[in-house]
Amino acid sequence: MLTLLVRRVVRLVVVLAGVSLVTFAILHVSGDPVSLMMPEAPEADRVVLRQAMGFNAPLPVQFARFLANTARGNFGNSFFHRAPALPLVLDRMPTTLLLTVLAMGLSISIAVPIGILSAVRRNSVFDHGATFVVFLGTSMPVFWTGIMLILLFAVQLRLLPVSGWESWAALVLPTLTLATASTPLLLRIVRSSMLEVINLDYVRTARAKGVSEWIVIWHHALVNAALPLVTVAGLQFSLLLGGAIITETVFAVPGLGRLIVGAIRQLDFPIVQAGVFLIALIVVLVNFAVDLLYIYLNPQIRVR
Amino acid sequence: MSIDTLAPSTVALHEGAARSAEGSRTWRKLARNPAAIAGGVILLVVIGAAVFAPHVAPHEAARQSLIRRFTPPLWAHGGNTAYLLGTDQVGRDILSRIIHGARISLVVGVSAVLVSLTVGVTLGLLGGFLQGRVDTVIMTVVDVMLSFPQLLLALAFVAALGPSLTTIIVVLGLTGWERYTRVVRAEVLALREKDFVEAARAMGASPTRVLLRHLLPNTFSSIIVMSTLQVAQAILAEAALSFLGVGTGSAYPTWGQMIALGRDFVSVAWWLPTFPGLAILLTVLSINLVGDRLRDALDPRVG
Repeated sequence: MLTLLVRRVVRLVVVLAGVSLVTFAILHVSGDPVSLMMPEAPEADRVVLRQAMGFNAPLPVQFARFLANTARGNFGNSFFHRAPALPLVLDRMPTTLLLTVLAMGLSISIAVPIGILSAVRRNSVFDHGATFVVFLGTSMPVFWTGIMLILLFAVQLRLLPVSGWESWAALVLPTLTLATASTPLLLRIVRSSMLEVINLDYVRTARAKGVSEWIVIWHHALVNAALPLVTVAGLQFSLLLGGAIITETVFAVPGLGRLIVGAIRQLDFPIVQAGVFLIALIVVLVNFAVDLLYIYLNPQIRVR
Repeated sequence: MSIDTLAPSTVALHEGAARSAEGSRTWRKLARNPAAIAGGVILLVVIGAAVFAPHVAPHEAARQSLIRRFTPPLWAHGGNTAYLLGTDQVGRDILSRIIHGARISLVVGVSAVLVSLTVGVTLGLLGGFLQGRVDTVIMTVVDVMLSFPQLLLALAFVAALGPSLTTIIVVLGLTGWERYTRVVRAEVLALREKDFVEAARAMGASPTRVLLRHLLPNTFSSIIVMSTLQVAQAILAEAALSFLGVGTGSAYPTWGQMIALGRDFVSVAWWLPTFPGLAILLTVLSINLVGDRLRDALDPRVG
C-alpha cells in the first residue's frame, strides 16, 4: 500500500513536469516568441527584448529556467496589466471554481436519478427518451446553448440577466449552460454502471431475501456502481473547466476562462501560460485525489 | 502469384469472405435501425451541401446588401422567399453561408481525426506491443495530455501558431489522440496473449508482421467507432475555436464564426446565431447517431 502511494506521488511529479513542458511549448512552438509577443515591433527592439528575456539561451536551458520559475509560482509579468501573472490568474479562480462546482452539482442531481431510473426501466419509453436527450446534449455546441438560453430567458421572457456575475440570478444561465455540457456523459456512465451491477448475483440475492426494491437499488447496487463514477470525476472536471472557458466568454463572467481568452486576443502570453498551467494543475490534483479515493474505496487494493 | 505467397493469400481469401459476411451483417443491423438511417440521411445531405456548395447555395456567400440586411426567415413577418433563413447584419444570405460553412466543418472534422488516428494508433500499438520503458513513456505523455482540457490547449496553440485552416487541423489532431492510444494499447495487451498471435509467432512471423497483420486488424472495429465519434467532437471543437476568435483566419464562413457574429444581434435578429447552431447540432447529432449504432452493429455480442 505504501509503495503504491509512493508510486502515485512519483507519477504526480512526472506528470506535472510534463505539464510544464507543454505550457513552456505554448510560447516557443512558433520558433520565435518575441515576434509572437510583439508582432509589429521593429527588429532593433526585438533584439533587445530577446536578450532581456533570455530567449537566446538554448531551449533546454530556457526550459530549466521556466521549470524553476514555475515551481516558485513565477510566470512573469502580464504585458497588458503590467503586474505578475499568477496573482491575476488566482484572483479569477474562485469565480471559475464556483461556476464549475455549481454546474457539477446540478449535473449530478440530474444525472444520478435519471440514470438510475433509465437502468432500472431499461428499454422503457423513459429510457429511450433519456437516451435521446443524452444524444442531443452531447451534440450541442456549449456556446450556442448559452446563446439560446439568453434568447429564451433574457430576451424573450426577460426573467434573467443577459450576462454578468453580480447577483444570484446572473449565475443561473451560466450554470445551466455548463451543466448541459457535462450532464449527458455523466448520465450515460450512471446508467451503464448501474446496468452492470443490477443483475449481479448479490443484488439478486438481496431481492430474493425480500429486501425492498428501492433499498436494493440504493444500498446494494448504487454503492457498487459508484466506483466507475469516481474514476470519471477527474475527466468530468477537465470537461467542465474546458466548458467554463466558453461559458464565461458567452456570459461575460469575470472568471479564469474569460481572462485567458482575453489574454489570447491581446497576445499576453504570461497570463495564458499561468492560466493553462493552473487549470492543468487542478485537473492533475483532482485526478490524484481520485486515485487515492479509489485505493480507499476498493477493498481489493486496500487490503494488499 | 508465386508459390510462397499462395498459402497466406488463401488464408486471406477465407478471412476476406468471413469479413464480407460480417460486413453485410453489420449493414443489416445498421439498416434496421431508424435512428441510424435518419442520421445517415442527414449526414449525406450535409456532405452533399459541402461538396456542391457553390452550385446549391442560392446566393453568393460573401455578397452584401445593405437594403436587405436583417431580413427575417421566410415564415416570420417580413420574410422573403429569396432568403429562406433570412439575412445577417450586412445582408448576406444565411442559408448560403451555412452551406459553405459545412465545408470547413467537415474538412476540419475529418482531417483532424486522421491526424489523431495516425498518432494515437501508432503509439498505442507500440506501447502495447513493446511494453516496458517505451510503454511507460507513452502512457506518461497520455497522462500529461489528459491533464489539459482539449479546448484550452487548442486555443493556446492555435493562437501561438497563428490561426489558419492547417493550424486548426494539426492542433486539434495533436490534442485529441490519447483515446486511440489507450484503447488500442489495451486491446493489443489483451490480444498478444491469444493463441492465434502465439501461433503466428511460432510460424516465424516477424514482430512487424504480427503487429500489422494480426494485431492491428483486430482493433479496427473500435478504431472505426472511435473515429466516427471523434469527427463529431472535432467539429464541435472547431466551432468553439471559431467562436472564440481563433478560427481559420480567413473570411470564408464557418458555423462557429457565424454564431459569434450573430450573438451581438440576438435581441434584434434571433435567426443570426440560431440557424448556424442548428446546422452544427444536426450534423454532430447525425454523426453521433451513426457512430453509436455502428458500435452496436460491430459488436457481435449485441443481437
